[in-house]
Amino acid sequence: MELSDQILVAKVKSGDYQAFESLVNRYESKVYHLALRMLRNPQDAEDALQETFLQVYRGLPGFEGRSAFSTWLFRLATNTCLMKIRHRATEPPKLLPLEDYLPRQEHGEVPQMVDWTDRPEEALLSKESREKMMEALEKLPPEYRAVFILRDMEGFSNAETGESLGISVAAVKSRLHRARLALRGMLSEYFERRGEGEPRVQESGLEA
Amino acid sequence: MEKDEKETPVFACQRMECKELLERLSEYIDGELDPKLCADLEKHMAECNPCLIFVNTIKKTISLFKYASSEPLPKEVHLRLHDYLKKKCQGC
Repeated sequence: MELSDQILVAKVKSGDYQAFESLVNRYESKVYHLALRMLRNPQDAEDALQETFLQVYRGLPGFEGRSAFSTWLFRLATNTCLMKIRHRATEPPKLLPLEDYLPRQEHGEVPQMVDWTDRPEEALLSKESREKMMEALEKLPPEYRAVFILRDMEGFSNAETGESLGISVAAVKSRLHRARLALRGMLSEYFERRGEGEPRVQESGLEA
Repeated sequence: MEKDEKETPVFACQRMECKELLERLSEYIDGELDPKLCADLEKHMAECNPCLIFVNTIKKTISLFKYASSEPLPKEVHLRLHDYLKKKCQGC
């Protein structure tokens, strides 16, 4: 039977290194993916992975279990990634200029919308498309990126995401909403470009 | 809430319903809207094809990202992590 995080944490505290390895095995993949999405560089992601688990081991004696182990772990992981991003020379602007990613009125004409969702999965998830998705993710300010990754890619709840990032649920919802709108805008732009020649919908409703 | 998160998206729609849909879209997708507002938005989508496309594309965006995150951890990364921790934690 698989031991709970709580039991493994107690065992690590009493000096059981194997229990620590079990925790690492349980979460290494999720932490690595978080780091890879945040940093978009396999070497940096691996460094963040190693640093995070070392911090976990060193911090466990003082971990009181007020939040779930996983929440605490992802808080450490996210902070490690954010620190690495802050040390980089190029950082995306902190604000998310949402209007850049919404349908806009050009030369007095209503925006044109393409529904690319019914395209075959192999086109939507081609190597090039995945690359574009990761580029889009990288364009988000890091604080928004972290919310989107934890909430929509890793499946955390609003409360867990807020606790992991040290922000309120209202801030999680707000950042998530803006991140989703921005990513939709960037992906739509890409898929629309790739599918030029397809019929477009033009109505007076959705204008910007 | 932080200062940069208070702003309402710039979305100068002619129709009020489109604007409302845009603002409440995440709550709608996450099933957090009250049933009355949810029904109103669905009624609006049935009549407004651009809004329907907007909702479809945002839902698909989320599911594509979810799917894209499911690659396995490279074996060598796993091995290096365990080696690193063993070495470092001996001195902890």
